[in-house]
Amino acid sequence: MSSQLVSKVDVDLPDAPSITAQRPYLRWVGMAVGLLVVLALPFFIYPPVAMDIAAWALFAISVDLLLGYTGLLSFGHAAFWGTSAYTTGLIAIHAGLPFPVAVLGGAVCAMILAVPTGYLAVRRTGIYFAMVTLAFAQMVYFIANQWRSVTGGENGLQGVPKNLGPLTDLINQDPFYFYYAALPLILIGVVIAWRTVNSPFGRVLVAIRDNPARARALGYDVERYKIMVFVISAGLAGLAGGVFSASHGFASLQELIWTTSGKVVLITVLGGIGTLWGGPVGAALVVLLEDRLASSGFNGIGIITGAIFVIIVLAFRHGIWGTARNGIGSWLRSRRRAREDA
Amino acid sequence: MTAFIQYTLQGLALGGFYALAALGLAVIFGVLGVVNFSHGACYMLGAVGAALLLDATGLGFWAALPIITVAMFLFGVLLERLFVQWLLRLDPLYNFLLTFGITLFLVDFVKRRYGVSSLPYELPAGLQGRVNVGSVSLSSYQIFVAVFSVALCLAVWLLLTKTRVGMIVRASTEDAERSRALGINVGRWVTPVFGFGIALAGLAGVLRAPTGSVNADMGSFFIIILFAVVVIGGLGSILGAVVAGFLVGLVEAYGQGYAGSFSQVLIFVLMAVVILVRPSGLFGREEAAS
Repeated sequence: MSSQLVSKVDVDLPDAPSITAQRPYLRWVGMAVGLLVVLALPFFIYPPVAMDIAAWALFAISVDLLLGYTGLLSFGHAAFWGTSAYTTGLIAIHAGLPFPVAVLGGAVCAMILAVPTGYLAVRRTGIYFAMVTLAFAQMVYFIANQWRSVTGGENGLQGVPKNLGPLTDLINQDPFYFYYAALPLILIGVVIAWRTVNSPFGRVLVAIRDNPARARALGYDVERYKIMVFVISAGLAGLAGGVFSASHGFASLQELIWTTSGKVVLITVLGGIGTLWGGPVGAALVVLLEDRLASSGFNGIGIITGAIFVIIVLAFRHGIWGTARNGIGSWLRSRRRAREDA
Repeated sequence: MTAFIQYTLQGLALGGFYALAALGLAVIFGVLGVVNFSHGACYMLGAVGAALLLDATGLGFWAALPIITVAMFLFGVLLERLFVQWLLRLDPLYNFLLTFGITLFLVDFVKRRYGVSSLPYELPAGLQGRVNVGSVSLSSYQIFVAVFSVALCLAVWLLLTKTRVGMIVRASTEDAERSRALGINVGRWVTPVFGFGIALAGLAGVLRAPTGSVNADMGSFFIIILFAVVVIGGLGSILGAVVAGFLVGLVEAYGQGYAGSFSQVLIFVLMAVVILVRPSGLFGREEAAS
């Protein structure tokens, strides 16, 4: 289908980071600062909201792994987030296992679901991939809605317990402590994403994104790589969704509906496609904004988020992180040029 | 047998909504390369518009049909001029995301302004009764929708195949570069085609208004089914959109009749089978190696 009116150009990605390329230690400084911010978050923000930010951040990173690093827009990631949210809830309710075990179980379940979905979806590329993933996510939604005996239908799963051995009372009394109990799960996910991107496997993904035909000619099984990264991404989304449902103590159909898929794509694009760290920034902004709007009694959040999204897509396609990175990069370049001229 | 005929009619009527809206989606995609996520929202606006028109001026279904269709055409022109045109040179994903943002905005705007409960709308005058064919009693409105949408799809088909405008649109869909080289001002047709596609979505909405609940969320599931329809039919194909629209309508109606609550899952099973057997859709052409 190369029959559009105007010849298509590639996805508009921000430049590769130039600051850290020249000063490798800055990368570690940046990560240390990031970790400090994450650890300090519940001191400044109501802890359950901080937990939401962390969960959405990992969710956005999982989407960016596909969109930014493989060039696949999944518009059905709520299927994995939601499946894990329900599975986590079911394991915690019926087996009474510690919540990290339940969350891991949820993530595994999301990955299992991702195998057939990914297998079918990678047969199409580009915009088709988005539509196919969206449609399959909707199928999962319908199934969860109808399978009342297990999922509770429209009521969702209520009363998901947070067990953690001797610490159970502590994390149940104060969400502040739950944040620190659940944070390792999120951080594990972030590290997996980071390792995936900065590995030979990740380089192949970028090659597939930039030139699938050449990657294929070099002997890489493009479809297999896509399915693998799709499954990894689903696992990360599952980790995030499991933490989310454990934190809230329930799993509802809201977790599976396509607007949730849309919201995480919005967060990813807002933060910056292909930046990995843009996701957390976008998640913080969107979650705080929604929290503020909801507490001020404004109904119609979509009016605001929709408008923001339209502006971002029209004017700031590199997102917050990408725009900032490009800005700093070009500032450094111009400064160096000035110094060389002097 | 009686039930079967009723389900078939129901499916054809339902398929009529899908086919008309999917036709709009396909025409927009063909000429602009845009997958319009806001198609469901525009369908909703058509239905809500009809209900508001009735409430404000007392004009009923038969007046709403042309008025809302024209209004939605203008709305589509506005959307294209204000937003969509700026992203036409980029990857189609950006317009997909843009129209998703517009969808969020429109749905929540309508929700905030007119509430979440359904707006009242009645069956149009002259089509409230039922028609008895032998032992089968059929809703005359469903018959009307089925016949009307088939006729309209045929009319659009004739427009595209028998007129000069249609020839230009088809040529642009086929190969914009070459059409331009042959002296056709392709750019001139972009805006009206987008408006036309949106108008079809709005028209489907007006047609739906008397049969279903008219509210801000009515397009939310509709758009997903539409995507399934165009994946089944082959996104670039106009004939595919229409055939798959009716096919999906029939599957949903039979599913509801015979399979009960899991009927909507059937649509996605159908989609999965089509992707497995013919990845480019029933009437789609093979994609260039990607």
